[in-house]
Parts: sequence; C-alpha cells; structure tokens
Amino acid sequence: MTVSTRSTRRGTLRSEERQAWVLAAPALILLTMFLVIPILITFGLSFTNARLISPNPPSFRGVDNFVRAFQDPTFLRSILNTFVFAAVVVPIQSGLALAIALLVNAKVKGTAAFRTLIFMPVVTSMVVVSVLWSFMYQQNGLINQALEQLTAGRWESFGWLQDERTALAAVILLSVWQAFGMHMIIWLSGLQMIDPALYEAAALDGASYWHSFRHVTWPGLRSTMVFILITITIAALGLFVQIDVMTQGGPQDSTSTIVYHAVRKGYREQDMGYGAALSLIFFVIVLAISLIQRRITRDKD
Amino acid sequence: MKRRNLLLSAAVSAPLLALGAACSSSTSRGGGSGDTITMWTHNGGNAEELAVVEKVVEDFNAQSEKQIAIESFPQASYNDAIVAAAASGDLPDILDLDGPIMPNWAWSGYLAPLEMDPAVIDAMLPTTVGRFQDQIYSVGPYDTAMAVLARKSALEAAAVRIPEIDTPWTLEEFNDAMAALSELPDYEFGIDLGVSETAEWWSYAYSPMLQSFGGDLIDRDTYLSADGVLNGPEGIEFGAWFQSVFEKGWASKTPTTGGADFGQGVVPMCWAGGWQVLTAQEAHGADDVLILPPPDFGTGPRTGAGSWQWGISADSPHISEASEFLSFLMQDEYLVAYSDATGNFPTTASAVEKSENYRPGGALEPIYEVSTKYAQVRPETPAYPVISSVFDKAMHDIMAGADVQESLDQAVSDIDANIASNDGYGF
Repeated sequence: MTVSTRSTRRGTLRSEERQAWVLAAPALILLTMFLVIPILITFGLSFTNARLISPNPPSFRGVDNFVRAFQDPTFLRSILNTFVFAAVVVPIQSGLALAIALLVNAKVKGTAAFRTLIFMPVVTSMVVVSVLWSFMYQQNGLINQALEQLTAGRWESFGWLQDERTALAAVILLSVWQAFGMHMIIWLSGLQMIDPALYEAAALDGASYWHSFRHVTWPGLRSTMVFILITITIAALGLFVQIDVMTQGGPQDSTSTIVYHAVRKGYREQDMGYGAALSLIFFVIVLAISLIQRRITRDKD
Repeated sequence: MKRRNLLLSAAVSAPLLALGAACSSSTSRGGGSGDTITMWTHNGGNAEELAVVEKVVEDFNAQSEKQIAIESFPQASYNDAIVAAAASGDLPDILDLDGPIMPNWAWSGYLAPLEMDPAVIDAMLPTTVGRFQDQIYSVGPYDTAMAVLARKSALEAAAVRIPEIDTPWTLEEFNDAMAALSELPDYEFGIDLGVSETAEWWSYAYSPMLQSFGGDLIDRDTYLSADGVLNGPEGIEFGAWFQSVFEKGWASKTPTTGGADFGQGVVPMCWAGGWQVLTAQEAHGADDVLILPPPDFGTGPRTGAGSWQWGISADSPHISEASEFLSFLMQDEYLVAYSDATGNFPTTASAVEKSENYRPGGALEPIYEVSTKYAQVRPETPAYPVISSVFDKAMHDIMAGADVQESLDQAVSDIDANIASNDGYGF
C-alpha cells in the first residue's frame, strides 16, 4: 500500500520533470548555441595565436596572450576607463532616473507629455545620438557656442572629444542622457506596484514626505533597485558604440574601453587569439562584479 | 557547412532572382558554376561608378559564352562581406578590393594570380597594378592622388609664393604659408588637413608626408620591422611637425568631413584627394582653386597611390575567363567612362588623353601630374591592415598632444610583434 503510493508519486514527479525539460528545451538550445558554445570557443582561442584570416593553422601558445594583455598599456588604461565609466554612470543614471520617476509619478497635468519627452532618446539609435553629440562637442559646435554666449566671449572654445581631460566626461554625459529614460520607466512601474494603502497609513501617522519615502517607497522599490543596478552595471561595462563612433578610443587612450580594445585588436587587426583573451578577461570581470552585486543585494532572510 | 552554404547562396542569389538575372547555385568550393561568372563590387551606394561596371559587363556578356552576374554591396560593409565569404568558402569569381589590402588577401589564399596579357599590363600605370611576391593579383582601372588645394585669392592676399609642379614648397615655406593664411581676417585656420576622416584615410593621407620627411611605415628592404624607420629621427621630426600644426592653431582638430570647410570658404587651403577637386571648383570657380603639389618635407614631395582594383578569387573555376574580362575592361572606352564617372584618372596614357578632366588643359590635369611624379604605393605586405590601424592610432594620439617618441615607439613594437607572431608573413 505505502509502497505503491510512493511509486506513483515518484511517477508523477518524473513525468513533471520530463515536462519541465521539454518546456525549457527551446530556450536551453538557443542559450547553448549562442552563449555557451561561443564562450567555450573564446576560451579555446585565447590560448592560441589564431588569426582572423591566415594561411597558417593556429598553434597553441599557452598563456602568452594573457601575459601580453597585462603588459599592454592601452589595455590597462581601457580597464581603468571602463571602471571609471561604470562607477560614475551607475549611481548618476539610476539616481537621476529615480528622481525623475518620482516627479513624473506625481498626479499633475502634463506628465504624459513630459514622460514621452524623457523617453525619446531611448528609442533613438545610440549611433545617431553619438553622431549628433559629436557635432555638439566640436570646437565650433553648439556647446562651445552656448558657453561663449553665456560668458560674453571669455570662454576659450576647444574640441571636447579631442582633449584627454574632457573626452570621457563628454561620453558619460551623453550616455546618461540617452539611457536614463529607460530606467525611469522601470522605476515608475516599481512605484506603481506599491500599495497606496501604505501611503494612506503613513499619512495618518503624520509621516512627512521624506519619512514615507524612507519607510514605504524605498523598501517597496527594493527588487526594482536590484534589477536596475545590475542591468546598468552590465551595460556600462560593455561600453562600445559611443567610443567606436565618437573617439575611436582616443585621445591618448583616454576613452578606450575593454570591449573596444578587444574589437580593435581581435577583428580590425585580425588577431583573434589576443582578442579572445581580452574578451575572456572581460567576461570574468563582469561575472565577478555581477556575483558580488547579487550577494550584497540579496534578501536577508 | 554544406547546409550553411546553401542558405548563404540562397540569400545571395535572392536579389539576383528578383532582378531576373541568371541565378547561380554556388558550390561549397566558391565561385560560380556552369556558365555564370559571379562578380562582387563595392559600388552599392555609388550609382555613377556602378553604371560603368554594368555597361562593361553588358558588353562583355554580348560577345562571350560565359555570362557575368553582378552583385553590389555598400562600401562600408564590403570588406566584412569578403572576409565572411572567404571564411565560409563562398567567394565570387571576380571581386574588387582596396589596393593596399591586396597583399593580405593574396597571402591568405583568397586571390589567384591573374593570367593577363602582358601588353595590357605594360600600358597601365604601375600604381594600378597590384604586385605581391612577383605575382600580379589585382589591376585597377583608375587611380587618384592627394594634393594641396588653395584659394588663389588667399595666397595673393597673404603674399605667399604660388608653387609649380617642379618647384614645390619647402617645409619652411609651407609652415610660413599656413601661418600667414591663418592670420588673414577671413579665415580662422590656415589649412584643413582632413583629420575628421576615419578608416583608411589617415594612412593614405599622412604616410606620404612621413615618407617625404624620410621615414616610412615599415622597412621596405626586409618588410620585417618598422624599427628605426617609423620611430627614427625622420619619423620623430614628422610627428613633432604634425603635432605643431594643431598646437599653433594652423589647422582645426575638428574640421567638417569630406573637405567641406574648403568648399564653404572657412579655410583657404585643404589637403585633399583628387576626387574632392571638382566640388571645390564648383564652389569658388576654377580660377580661384589652385591644385598645388605636396610640399617637399626634405626628401622630395610624396603623394598616396593605389585605389580600388579588381582581383579573382583563388578557388574560382573560371580564372582564365575572368582574366579575359579584366583585359576587356582595360579598353580605353571603359577607362574613360570610369574616369568621367569617378573624377579619378584612367590607368592608361591613351585613355588620359581622351578623358574629360585629364586631357591636356582639363580641370584635373595637375592631379595626374602630381601622381606620375610623386606617387608612392602603401607598403605591399600582408601586415598592412595592422600597420594602418596602428599608425592611425599613433597619429591620433600625437595630434592630441601625446609624446611623439613614446607613441611611435609603441606603434613600432605593436607592428613588429604582429609581424613576428605571423612568422614574418613569408618575407
């Protein structure tokens, strides 16, 4: 009796397990094809001197590529730039998006139009945005012209992207401007999930705006915050398009990033083995940072 | 592999079917099959030049058993398409390519040595014949050169000597000219060097200046190292001069692309390709736009050479017919049509005589003179794509104010490391 029920339960479990596998199969196959296999190939290539095009077969070179990477001044600078970019963009972009979301969430007339305006850059291609801002940053571009007008001609105009002190800051500014609308929408959806009854209760208890934000809004946004933090971080670490269009890593490597340098070496200079090694280093860095973020932000049960 | 090739060839031949052209099912060996010769060109966005190619093919097909089918790509993605097709064994029979990349593709085994009539080759300008390791792999119907464009009115206002083809400016004269012109009230800068351009431009435009100083991109005796040539005293002198042009405010670091500043009258001089001259002359009148030889920076003037050329893929089953087509294309009638469509000069002297812009007294005659006197092709080595990318980066850094010696030393070590890791590319 007991034996038979146990065996039927095991039977249903097994068939459920089978169903689960069948349902997951399409996604698993695609993930394997486009994620797992390329990563394994990258891993394999990074220990060889494979070329993009060459009559000679690749040969095994051990850790040569990795040694070369950490002696490559441009690569070391690229790591630094990538981290600086992420460290500045993540707090500014998520903070700005939250502030605007709180504004837009207020029930005032005209918020819909305002929301649309904020969201416009997001649906514009990053390449187009980069080209436009390149014009604005030119020596005789909009930004210098405006500063000249404001300072009654005392402003010394210069090319923002041609000066190593301002180039990365210029890229950061347009990147935040282009992307924060997306995160504003995500914050908004988080805000609208918070039960209004909680605000009413807080108001009854005589809580100020700051108090209700601190004890109702912020805890309610926790899962949204984790999502936004991780997505912005990963996007920021993968900075490529703006650099490729606007500065090509210059001036003097001040805007070179890990991904840009890997593409330049691996694809444009046809050095696939070295490019793969750089990509692998990038993969490990992103993985490590994502795991650390998960640990820090996990729910403390 | 086989299936992917079928898919690819289906994708490639779909537009052909739509055009009602003969569709070739390509085999996994690449090239066309049966009686069709496939041909790829980079003229996807260039109607005038594409029309010439179509006309040549039409005439060739009318008198040949084997038919040629054209496929055009936009220039920006053309090289990527070739590399991808080569990797999967799907190259067409005939393809066009940018001159300096030819040795890299020949070394990679993409290209077949051409089987052309020596008489046809002998009539062509040497800069339009792509040679690598004593074989001819590509031939170009035209070439072009770079020269200094200058407003006659501005030179006269600044009291600058107007140089002739045999009496170019010296380095000092050129510097003085830039300084004097930037002082003029009408102009903010003395010259537009074209630094907003990307891709191959920097190597094409500025390596001739380096060579005129006495340096080079690589030691052309051995092709094994750039040490002492790119970063030798002449290279350093060139780098320091290039940097000073921007520091002294003679040229903008952010000019408009395509040499438009000169056309709009913002600058009185422009380091420009022959293809930019006609537009400039339309803007200011042919009398006011002078075509001047490149300055002599020490070892005589130099200008770039080597434009788009035609080659045949190594695994094509139609090498002899394709070579026949290339000889057919080198007839004066077509070379003149090419020249009139592109603004570049034809490869044969007899076609030059007949072309609209390059006949004696034609608007662009000085460009042809500059090329025949001062042209030097970019180094003919498979390392060229890397050399070009590395030189581009070093010069951008130098323009931004980096230490000249350090930038060029780093460039040399990158180039030499690449050559070493490829076992000297067979040199």
